[in-house]
Amino acid sequence: MIRFFALVLMLASSLMLASPLRAEIAVQEITSPGGVQAWLVESHDIPFLALEIRFRGGGSLDAPGKRGAINLMTALLEEGAGQRDARAFARARDELAASFRFRASQDAVAVSARVLTENRAAALEVLRQALTEPRFDSDAVERVRAQVLAGLRAGEADPNTIAANRFAELAFGGHPYGSALDGTPDSVAALTRADLQEAKARAMARDRLFVAAAGDITAAELGPLLDALFAGLPEAGAPQPGPADLSLPGGETVIPFETPQSVALFGQRGLAREHPDFFTAFVINDALGAGNFSSRLMQEVRVKRGLTYGVYSYLAPMDHAAMIYGRVASANGRIAEAIGVIRQEWRRMAGEGMTAQELEQVKTYLTGAYPLRFDGNANIARILVGMQMEGLDPAYIATRNDRIRAVTVEDVGRVAREWLDPAGLHFVVVGQPEGLKGAE
Amino acid sequence: MLRIFVLCLVLACPLQAAPVTSFSLENGLQVVVIEDHRAPVAVNMVWYRVGAADEAPGKSGLAHFLEHLMFKGTDTVGPGEFSATVAAQGGADNAFTSWDYTAYYQRFAADRLEMMIRMEADRMANLRLAQTDVETEREVILEERGQRTDNDPGALFSEQRRAAQFLNHPYGIPIIGWRHEMAALTREDALAFYRAHYVPDNAVLVVAGDVDPQAVRQMAQAHFGPLAAAGVMPRQRPQEPPQISARRLTLVDARVGQPYLARSYLAPGRGPGAQERAAALVYLAELLGGEGADSRLGEALQFDRQLAVYTGAFYDGLTRDDTEFSFVVVPAAGVGLAQAEAALDEVLAEFLQNGVTPERFGRVKTRLRAADIYARDNVQDLAYLYGQGLAIGLSVEDIAAWPGLLQQVTPEDVMEVARIVLRPEAAVTGYLARPEQEASQ
Repeated sequence: MIRFFALVLMLASSLMLASPLRAEIAVQEITSPGGVQAWLVESHDIPFLALEIRFRGGGSLDAPGKRGAINLMTALLEEGAGQRDARAFARARDELAASFRFRASQDAVAVSARVLTENRAAALEVLRQALTEPRFDSDAVERVRAQVLAGLRAGEADPNTIAANRFAELAFGGHPYGSALDGTPDSVAALTRADLQEAKARAMARDRLFVAAAGDITAAELGPLLDALFAGLPEAGAPQPGPADLSLPGGETVIPFETPQSVALFGQRGLAREHPDFFTAFVINDALGAGNFSSRLMQEVRVKRGLTYGVYSYLAPMDHAAMIYGRVASANGRIAEAIGVIRQEWRRMAGEGMTAQELEQVKTYLTGAYPLRFDGNANIARILVGMQMEGLDPAYIATRNDRIRAVTVEDVGRVAREWLDPAGLHFVVVGQPEGLKGAE
Repeated sequence: MLRIFVLCLVLACPLQAAPVTSFSLENGLQVVVIEDHRAPVAVNMVWYRVGAADEAPGKSGLAHFLEHLMFKGTDTVGPGEFSATVAAQGGADNAFTSWDYTAYYQRFAADRLEMMIRMEADRMANLRLAQTDVETEREVILEERGQRTDNDPGALFSEQRRAAQFLNHPYGIPIIGWRHEMAALTREDALAFYRAHYVPDNAVLVVAGDVDPQAVRQMAQAHFGPLAAAGVMPRQRPQEPPQISARRLTLVDARVGQPYLARSYLAPGRGPGAQERAAALVYLAELLGGEGADSRLGEALQFDRQLAVYTGAFYDGLTRDDTEFSFVVVPAAGVGLAQAEAALDEVLAEFLQNGVTPERFGRVKTRLRAADIYARDNVQDLAYLYGQGLAIGLSVEDIAAWPGLLQQVTPEDVMEVARIVLRPEAAVTGYLARPEQEASQ
């Protein structure tokens, strides 16, 4: 009998010190009778199950000339399946009070489901039909296509979307990462029902499947349900695209757009998840620009100078490229100063690294925050499926904080110097920035 | 006098419910404890019963500005040190402001609770503001307005619509503030607002997660107990007169990528002891514009005819005064806003005439029951629900009764509120349009 342990707390002697919290989640690695592998955390407090499903590849597997097909296909999974058209499907799902979400990203097709214990098998049967027997009825295709096109129209006038699309294009060119996965008005308009079926075959196959479950179910109950859920999927899908070569010099690209506040996205090369220095980079980014108020970017750009409401950076270790990205928005007359401060902080970190005290603060925060992530079935399932996608094993949960603690001041200095590239940092600015000389 | 009682959150399901404990300190601070022992995590929230709708005329944005300034230090805690201390514990903290309340919260390992309670009690009484911090932070809120509102035509449209919806009530003034008034807010404005409203008898402490109610009571008593009650006056705001004339507006902006229309009506909120009408309005929103494929608007405008790419109906009754019941229709390519509006009106008229099918009503009822089960997976959301409810004047009993009330709503209740709320002469209709499109309307 395996019980669910939430987190085991080791109490510190003093409240003023962070205690050595240890996350001990009882993860069961199961293989169903039919060979589906999944991670499970049992928790019988609330009568529902959270299920997270991923197919590696996502929008990056669009066939040449079919940009947007996998995104549109994913949006259509709940628009009619098996014997039910879109409306009948929604009614069936709602009568069972199940909740399904389908979405595509560059690296995955993701499915999130919540089903009540009282009608679990029936609800998962409805989900099975969406995963394996979507109908792609022509009226549904046209309806959802119109929604995607409306989203593209909205994006064409949104500074954030404009900046993201241009950044992707500058950085990754012809690789799938170089364009938005929802496609262009032309590419989406041209997609046929056959393209959608092809997109599904490329993206949703058992050779790229990852599953995590958390909630009111046992391993013995889960296995057969997973077999039923995925039996109808093909064994293999399209090959993954190759590495995306970063072809982005440092500098600034300005895209003129009439609006009072300029939006700037910035980025440079990052470190892959498997890189031996990944944890050091993670620590550096936390001090530099991760969400909270103590980060250097937040302190220097917002707290000290009032130049923005929010500025942040984050590591993006994607499947085929690794980046560090950031974002800031400032009034047109002040964005140049904000960008100058960010570049300065980039240089300062690359040149000086961190002090022992700053490193200790970051470690205390990161190690203390990690166990707090594991609250609730939905969060646990989401974390576990993400770990599988990253090639981690369940033991990682117990040792992850030790890897953070192992980072030294010397590591930080060396990695910051080798990795952070103040001259290679590129800003894409959308707005009417004053005092920036970016190429058009 | 300490009062303690335990309530069950869930009435409709034969399940173990989250235990909720509530009591008040002698100085009037109300305390709610929601237990969830699945993970050793806790959330500490302090809710002040004051928000943007309580600002003096000409001082729009002040409640939110003060929210920012509450992180600038006290007699014993330096600027930014509050957040840094929470972060040093691995925790996260933030705050938010609405028209009816201002709330501060931390999420952290449950054994750090006392530190959080001590720091919140400290900044309830001992705020210190340096003039330079105030001036810099005013730049920050102006940039925040730039990011949230001025850079987003949809947000500007929403701001204009609310101003049209509320003729007299301050719900028509944006929480972030009008830019010209924000720019003139001072340190003295903030401190006066703070002294008038940040007192224990105007606050609610909500603690949720892996915590023990008795221990919370002791900590609350130890840290908030010494603060003196101030005898706050009941909130009096100008109320809306009956709406007797439909209102219309059009916002034209070159930055609009996808035009749409919004329609709103004045609607009652969840009043203390009288939440039944609000419960029926929740159904009305779900039935008309909830799940796209299983709502009346979605069916008529997206499925039967391809006039819209998106339809939705919205109602949030967790407001102190009358709120809005609203619709959004995003027309399909080639469909004008006027045509989409006519289609919306047709659906509303038909709904008022023919009512609701029992099958669809049953599905909404099932969804709402399940939502209550799913909601228990996130104790922070529960803390939010209680804090919001208490801050607008509901009792713990009112909040606990809500899921059960939702299960008792009948189709007749829904049609009754529909007829009260959806009156053509009480409509506010707005178009968000591109320049060339507006000319053709």
